[in-house]
Amino acid sequence: MKDFAALFNAVDQTTKTTIKIASLAEYFTTAEETDRLWTVALFSGRRPKRAVTTTKLREWASEASGVPLWLFEDSYAIVGDLAETIALVLPPVDSDDTGTLTSWINALRGLKEEDDAARKSFVLSAWQQLGGTERFLFNKLITGGFRIGISQKLMTRALSRATGKPEPEMAHRLMGNWHPDDVTWHSLIEAEDASADASRPYPFYLAYALEDGPEALGDPTEWRAEWKWDGIRGQLILRDGDYFVWSRGEELMTDRFPELARAADHMPPGTVLDGELLVWQPGADFPSSFNALQARIGRKTVPKKLLAEAPVILHAYDMLEWQGEDIRHRPFAERRALLEEASADLPADAPIRLSPQHRFTDWSELAALRETAREAQAEGLMLKRADSPYLSGRKKGDWWKWKLDPLTIDAVMIYAQSGSGRRANLFTDFTFAVWNGNDLVPFTKAYSGLTDAEFRSITAWVRKNTLQRFGPVRQVTPHHVFEIAFEGIQPSPRHKSGVALRFPRMLRWRKDKPLQEANTLDDLKEMLRIYG
Amino acid sequence: MTRAPVLTFTENGIYCAAGDFYIDPWRPVARALITHGHADHARDGMGSYLATDAALPVMRHRLGEIDAEGIAYGEQRQIGGATVSYHPAGHVPGSAQIRVEVAGEVWVASGDYKVIDDGMSEPFEPVKCHHFITESTFGLPVFRWAPQADVAADLNAWWARCAAEGKTAFLGAYSLGKAQRLLSMLAPEVGPILTHTAVENTNAVLRGQGITLPDTTLVTPELNPKDHPGALVLAPPSALGSQWARRFGAQESAFASGWMALRGVRRRRAGDRGFVISDHADWDGLLWAIRETGAENIYVTHGYTDIFTRYLNDQGWNAQVVPTQFDSDGGDSE
Repeated sequence: MKDFAALFNAVDQTTKTTIKIASLAEYFTTAEETDRLWTVALFSGRRPKRAVTTTKLREWASEASGVPLWLFEDSYAIVGDLAETIALVLPPVDSDDTGTLTSWINALRGLKEEDDAARKSFVLSAWQQLGGTERFLFNKLITGGFRIGISQKLMTRALSRATGKPEPEMAHRLMGNWHPDDVTWHSLIEAEDASADASRPYPFYLAYALEDGPEALGDPTEWRAEWKWDGIRGQLILRDGDYFVWSRGEELMTDRFPELARAADHMPPGTVLDGELLVWQPGADFPSSFNALQARIGRKTVPKKLLAEAPVILHAYDMLEWQGEDIRHRPFAERRALLEEASADLPADAPIRLSPQHRFTDWSELAALRETAREAQAEGLMLKRADSPYLSGRKKGDWWKWKLDPLTIDAVMIYAQSGSGRRANLFTDFTFAVWNGNDLVPFTKAYSGLTDAEFRSITAWVRKNTLQRFGPVRQVTPHHVFEIAFEGIQPSPRHKSGVALRFPRMLRWRKDKPLQEANTLDDLKEMLRIYG
Repeated sequence: MTRAPVLTFTENGIYCAAGDFYIDPWRPVARALITHGHADHARDGMGSYLATDAALPVMRHRLGEIDAEGIAYGEQRQIGGATVSYHPAGHVPGSAQIRVEVAGEVWVASGDYKVIDDGMSEPFEPVKCHHFITESTFGLPVFRWAPQADVAADLNAWWARCAAEGKTAFLGAYSLGKAQRLLSMLAPEVGPILTHTAVENTNAVLRGQGITLPDTTLVTPELNPKDHPGALVLAPPSALGSQWARRFGAQESAFASGWMALRGVRRRRAGDRGFVISDHADWDGLLWAIRETGAENIYVTHGYTDIFTRYLNDQGWNAQVVPTQFDSDGGDSE
């Protein structure tokens, strides 16, 4: 695992993208092919089946280090990464590692056949044999989650550099359901005719937020506009008589949305659609709120009752493949025309709906429409350039989301909790409250939106103004008012305040605002009445 | 019969009633005994200061005109009903633990300390006592420091590679103590060492009291980076990535701190490298120091106080958390 550890260190010890790509490209040229393949797999979120539970890992690490389990757990909460915590609490050793990445992975997979005692003795001896980065990476092979500052985009660029093949092709090759057991470096990366698996999705194209008005986009006639509804981005694939549903995070969600099976009754094989998965009640003009969809997200199998209560449709806005042909290079207007044609005869109860386009002749007309977005349960508008191809990844220029300004409320910070990982020694997780008479009623948590300097400053304040501690949570003197921004508000019987917010974050630290001038529970209820 | 404790924890800081003085007070008081010159221990506005002879120059530099008296390590002094002496804490040059004895009962306030010899600070000496006040900045078993020579080798290898690639190496570290310790670890044959004003001012003070440091060149507005190829620039962390640093062109940045042991913190600082080097005791160091004092009663301040205190109690000590107003911010001061 030495080469892999050297690669990891080279990438981890620089903030410069060029150096990361050069190190990766070098590795993809020189390392053993199976090691390369596993590296691509690991960095794209694939990992060997977990042979050891994390509960056992914690127990063994506690035992091997002589650190009591509670102390190990407290340390883990602060470090934020189990693999790293284990690597740090064990006594340091000089690495004596002769195995390759693949041989370590295979050895770990072999443990599946073994009993607990054999697993334990293997892991303990690996910990004694591996030091520093190698020990950390060994643990990562078990726990998964290689978040080391290598995005899919960066890896795609490195692979493109190493192989001389274009980046979009590389991005597509890496999509979908492949696993190192079923492919080789050659078949995945190099083979001319990649006879891909029928389920393989296309890389998603992602929009940028439009911060100022659309005037800078130029001639409005070159643009198309649709509502932006808040659901799950999904790609529906109809090939060879089968259907597949992929999330943007490349998770195969087919089983969670059985109602989409009927899509095959309405569209021919060799069709791939891009759209938003939404809960849409029969006969409704607009989709239900994201809350309704939430009930469906966590369910791997869906009970009949839930299927009836929260029926999901694909709100289709783009067509990527038609009659088995990849049409992503064609202009959006052409793809849209094909999509409209294919959707022309969809019955009202079909699990696919065509996303309507708004007609507008100038930007002010569109701006006026955007102001009515909340009445249509929408977050704002999507703007797409009519002559643009379907690109992969987040690229500026052709797709923009023009969202409404968020809802905001001024709230009082009442609890603080320190973060983990990158935020290990800062208080970053706060609970906020609004007034109800003379009481402060907590209604949301928020973690983001402040600068590092602001987090440092509030951290110092929290340390000096702690009233009580509940484990890692500190109750602080009510004093600071923050403007909380959020995208939506829903009734929630589980919360003391009776409401749940969507995407809450700290917009501003209102140092100018006295405590008493924070908003009230009545204000919050009024927002629920208007926007809920 | 129970006696009043020798030291108590008050709103102003640690107080000794028998001698009517405070140790590292955070509010103005008549008489302050100071463990070392860092800003969170030696504050402005005290009626009088008592610190080691080696700590005074930095304090005078930082605080200006103060009524301050020096004391030698190990020298006993009677203050009211208390016998006071200062003992090396190994934290930075001149840093001390303060021993207070009243009627045979001995307390030690250790300030900040580390137990390994950094080659520059007076090495930590355990002091036998009944009551020991300890910090716990790095009071978790994930913090274990590698030998200084190993870190020095990594540091110099990094600098040499930067120099070979035509880049300036920027090293961020706290100006008092850490910066000078790093200077003593650097291999001057790799290239010239440049310094930020904040670091150079402290260098001058320490050189003035006889501490040997390698040659350094102050970065002035007139300095032309091209005249110093292969240079390492030592600066406070806040200067890294600033306008001030950008004129040096191609560069890599590194931070030197105990916090660099955690990947997450290292990544938040957004430097290229993190060197794990601390002027505080690591987990093993804290436990060793506490054992060596022979104390039964331990008071834990700064850092992971709750966790560290629970561990000490589990291990049979009588430990408690002491609230502090100058809690470590985990930032640039370490």
